[in-house]
Amino acid sequence: MIKRFTVLLLLSGLAAIFVSLALGYVPDASLNQSALYYAENTVSDTGAANIVTAIIVTYRGLDTLGEVTVLFLTAAIVGLVLTRGAKAGKGKPMMASGELLTTGAGLLVPLILLMGTYVFVNGHLTPGGGFQGGAILASGIMLVLLTDPMKEFSHRLISVIESVSGLTFITIGGLGILMGAGFLDNSLLPKGTLGELFSAGTIPLVYSLIGLKVGAEFSSMLVSLSETEGS
Amino acid sequence: MSNLLLGMSIVLVIAMFVTALVAISQRRLSIAILAAGLVSLIASVMFLLLAAPDVAMTEAAIGSGLTTFLFFFVLGRVRGESDD
Repeated sequence: MIKRFTVLLLLSGLAAIFVSLALGYVPDASLNQSALYYAENTVSDTGAANIVTAIIVTYRGLDTLGEVTVLFLTAAIVGLVLTRGAKAGKGKPMMASGELLTTGAGLLVPLILLMGTYVFVNGHLTPGGGFQGGAILASGIMLVLLTDPMKEFSHRLISVIESVSGLTFITIGGLGILMGAGFLDNSLLPKGTLGELFSAGTIPLVYSLIGLKVGAEFSSMLVSLSETEGS
Repeated sequence: MSNLLLGMSIVLVIAMFVTALVAISQRRLSIAILAAGLVSLIASVMFLLLAAPDVAMTEAAIGSGLTTFLFFFVLGRVRGESDD
């Protein structure tokens, strides 16, 4: 009874907060100061057509580095916890996947991987970017794992992709300091024409690296999850 | 915000609420997982309506794609374990 009362109280409190927020909402008549800066100066500063990407990779590049680090730590911890006690032999065969899934995956996986690559390579032109593309790549890997749980992925390959792209990301950031532009600045490469694939300096390069890194991290989590035999 | 947009948002929010309730109350786990994925999918359409395509993409890829897959995967494992 008391439990139910507490839940009700909590829910009504939340409802009161949201209702007061919704009633007090007045849409801004104009962009606020930082949004105005980004909207006006992104193209001349970075040459990226997608302002969100310019903010994520260049203006707030340090935060992105932090996010990638957090994801890396998560993947490392998942790998540490799950691979301990794994390798208990490949055990009993799993339930066979259905015909529909097997055939569909054969057709879909290459397309999903292509889509993921497209999303992170074109991060500076179209919505999306490294994180989204990486997640799409990993869901392709996940589909492969669903179809054939016994399939072995090379951990070495995944970790090489992960570390090389991470290192290159940091190196590009550090080169920014050496060239006098600032950490993670994108002006190492020419800005090019707005809207072309090879434009916006190092943004496409950095975001592709982030995409590979995120995809490899998610994939390594999924692969080590699938390799764990129940303890 | 135009009237059409407002109407669509209200429909989407109601649909999201209903699917979320289904996800909580459904006894069969596979349907609950699908409903939870659907909540994310509707949320990503919502983000798209609110002119945030980047967030919509993240929500669709991670919330409704990867997480749903992952839940099904784990569900399959758990069922496989409980058979013996």
